[in-house]
Amino acid sequence: MHSSLWLSALIMLPLLGALVAMLVRRREGASYAVAVVVGVIEVALSLAVATMYSSHVASAQSFDFYSRHVISAPLGLAYDVALDGLSLLMVVLTALVLLLSLLGGRDQRREPAFVSWLLILTGLTMGSFVAHDVLEFFVFFELTLVPCYFIISGWGGAERARAALKFFLYTFTASAFLLVGILYMGFAYQHQHGGALTFAYGALATTTLSHSTAVWLFVAFAIAFGAKAPIWPLHTWSPLTYAEAPTAGSIELSALLAKLGSYGLLRFAVGLLPLAQVSVRPYMLTLAVVGILYGSILACVAKDLKRFVAYSSLAQMSFITLGVMSGSTIGVTGAVLLMFNHGVITIGFFLIIGFLERRRSSIAITDFRGLQRPAPVLAALFTVTMLASIGLPGLSGFVSEYLILIGTFTTHAWWAAVASLGVLASAVYLLWAYQRVFHGRAEGANADVPDASTAERWVLVPVVVLIVVLGVFPKPVLDRITPSVHTLVTQVAPVGATK
Amino acid sequence: MIATAGTLHVSIHYLVILPVLILFGASLVLLIASAMWRRTVPTAVTTATTLAASLAVLVVTYFQWRCLDKSGPSSTVAHAVVLDGFSVVATAVIALSVAMAALVAHDWAVRENVRGAEYSILALASSAGAVLMTQANDLVVIFLGLEILSLGLYVLVAIDRRKGESAEAALKYFILGGFASAIFIYGAALVYGATGSTNISSVSYFLGSNVVLHPGLLYAGGALLLVGFAFKIAAVPFHMWSPDVYEGAPTPVTGFMASIVKVGAFAALIRVMISGLGTQLATWRPIFWVLIILTTVGGALLALPQRNAKRLLAYSSINHAGFILVGVWAGTVLGNAATLFYLATYAPTVVATFAIVTLMGGLGDERHSLESYRGLARRQPWLGASLAVLLLSQLGAPLTAGFYAKYSVLAAAVDSGGVALALVALLSAAIAASFYLRWTVVLYAEPDDEIDVSRVVVPRGTALVIGVGVGLTLLLGVWPGPLAALAQHATVYFTP
Repeated sequence: MHSSLWLSALIMLPLLGALVAMLVRRREGASYAVAVVVGVIEVALSLAVATMYSSHVASAQSFDFYSRHVISAPLGLAYDVALDGLSLLMVVLTALVLLLSLLGGRDQRREPAFVSWLLILTGLTMGSFVAHDVLEFFVFFELTLVPCYFIISGWGGAERARAALKFFLYTFTASAFLLVGILYMGFAYQHQHGGALTFAYGALATTTLSHSTAVWLFVAFAIAFGAKAPIWPLHTWSPLTYAEAPTAGSIELSALLAKLGSYGLLRFAVGLLPLAQVSVRPYMLTLAVVGILYGSILACVAKDLKRFVAYSSLAQMSFITLGVMSGSTIGVTGAVLLMFNHGVITIGFFLIIGFLERRRSSIAITDFRGLQRPAPVLAALFTVTMLASIGLPGLSGFVSEYLILIGTFTTHAWWAAVASLGVLASAVYLLWAYQRVFHGRAEGANADVPDASTAERWVLVPVVVLIVVLGVFPKPVLDRITPSVHTLVTQVAPVGATK
Repeated sequence: MIATAGTLHVSIHYLVILPVLILFGASLVLLIASAMWRRTVPTAVTTATTLAASLAVLVVTYFQWRCLDKSGPSSTVAHAVVLDGFSVVATAVIALSVAMAALVAHDWAVRENVRGAEYSILALASSAGAVLMTQANDLVVIFLGLEILSLGLYVLVAIDRRKGESAEAALKYFILGGFASAIFIYGAALVYGATGSTNISSVSYFLGSNVVLHPGLLYAGGALLLVGFAFKIAAVPFHMWSPDVYEGAPTPVTGFMASIVKVGAFAALIRVMISGLGTQLATWRPIFWVLIILTTVGGALLALPQRNAKRLLAYSSINHAGFILVGVWAGTVLGNAATLFYLATYAPTVVATFAIVTLMGGLGDERHSLESYRGLARRQPWLGASLAVLLLSQLGAPLTAGFYAKYSVLAAAVDSGGVALALVALLSAAIAASFYLRWTVVLYAEPDDEIDVSRVVVPRGTALVIGVGVGLTLLLGVWPGPLAALAQHATVYFTP
């Protein structure tokens, strides 16, 4: 068992970094430097934590770095952190997203405030992923809205105010269901076991609930997390928001914050309500399959590149939902892996789109043509990212999608069969988009597009490395995920009901 | 009360009624001083007196709490007034609000050149009424407190004699308030008829030990009392006066009113509904349920089209009143503690918010359109950020006191089986979020060249108030433990 100070450091470092960045705001570029340094340390810390993590911690259900401090007993509020295979990759992703969006999505308008918001957002997201107390998770989860809101409304495109408001209201409304659900579980536990009000994850997992209550709670949780992930039909905020957000904002939202939705669904809905999950599963799987197909179709007809990624993300996130709800260890493991892989792939997509936007001040697909000739390196980098997203064997996307489909097939064969059409569809929309942007004859402004600069190439190196390494050699990562997933999935066994 | 041979011996525990005596005494001293002194009493003197009185009350509440810790809750003056945790904490909150509002009003009076001791005299008298309401254990005493509170406010609303709309607002407030008081006292009479007493403990004892075969009179009485309260706290559908009065009153008065009326009225409401009519919980709960849904959702929806900061805050305070009612609805110790916690966090927040609105109003107190806030945070980062924090707290964002306030009342409701109620209230908070956010966006938007962008002068007193409000909001947002424990502790000392 390792010290929980590591996790606290991961949360506090970016928050302190934000403070320092604001203090040095008068000096040109100093805040940015502070933020980058924090980003590097954060990545190093998260990698250290990931390496140290041991899934064989006795009697802690594969949770490591665990500690709990009650802040307010009457309110049932506690600071409680722990790490397991489900949150491990998310912690690394959070740090990675911070660093890469800083390096690749630099925005020099009012820079101190911008990097401070990014750092705050990172600290809060980190908090959500390592929170081991359901109420604490909710606080962090809800708090992430504030920096997101300010990033979108302060640095976004023309319709930023509307996009930011839509995003905020969607998530805020949906999370009302989450809060009420959490409170219900907390009091149900207190009424059954007595003692002080608590929302500790381990405690709530032992609450005895009637089946219908559990199903209602599951639905409430699914609404809250489904709006975030997004799960069809709660996705309607995402295209506008992704399109209007600044590059770093789009990366944070789609690569990272969307994962809070699927992570929450897995950890809290599936984890705390295992039996309800069994009843709800067919419906959730259906929504996931609809989301895959719907997202794929809309990605084909999307008019601009950010909306294109938004819809393809909907399809990918629906794959994750499929895996999360598959009820098999393999499927859930695939989903956890895809959360990370999709994060990395999306970073790649949005960075490249950001680079294109810098060059042409536009993201409309029709404005681009034949970029392959003037910008071959950019085209190559896009190709790698794209192929990973399609699920080409040997690249990271393949492993995770394959695991999800196998896992789902063993439990719900028909849904898996329809979902595999989504793999095919992703090839269609991605290749077609590639064709429209990079193939053909470059004319006018397109002919003079400069290729990726050295800095831009270096930013994308970690993305490509991760895509290839996790495609070829995912074993160390899978070894860390699987025990936790196994614990979670096998809860559904009859013993889990009374435990 | 021991009546022997025509003489009346009433034991009085002076520590209990000391806060009322101090506030009312200070008011009287100022009144006499202003009558005796040939010139106008300087504003600095009247403000200093108000501050001294409210600080004295704060000190007294400390000793009251110590007394409470030693010998438990007690009642005095023939059981008409109680000393319990609830009243002590509520009194402290009122004292704090009075002090904060006095500083804001001082700077406002200097700016607007409003002279005289009237503001302080009336504010002190009103707050004495509010404190009396928190301690009252008798329907008649509650009525007394309510009237003292309201009479001062009726005049305060019209204190800026040069403004027509202030007079109009005052008249509206006075007429509707008069009706509400009449309804309240009639309700008290009916309850007396049904139970044989106006004393809340006696009412409770009577209802606990007798079966009321024909409860019509009791129900009618309770309903009329409720209408009286609903008017004071501006619950929908008794809220019509509130936007006009909030808008018409001078802004510092609005802030003062928004804080202390809520504390006083809710404290008395809890006393009547939980202590007095607690046995009838099953009867009044459904009525509250409807009232809460109307108030939370109505307040949030009606605020959406508002473009005037003061009207917006009026509707927002209606929404908050609905949330506080959720705590009362719960009817448990947890609910009472949550109500107290909500009031204690809401009062300083709202006074500080109105302090900023006062500043932004400019000379003449007239610039209250949301557009006049455009780019404030760019021009004056501290002022803009303060307002943003206060708005986020009212929205209920985590890490601000407002989150735990909402959280605690909703938790109490869920604990009492009000899952649907909590959900509807929270969804109304999501509606409300949109107008708080719209305001916040305006704060951070690019400044508009056409609008006068002169810097707002922040006088020292008002700056202190804003600092205290924002500080408390953030402090309680990060570290709500002590206040939550205090609120729960206070409710344990609640006199049944």
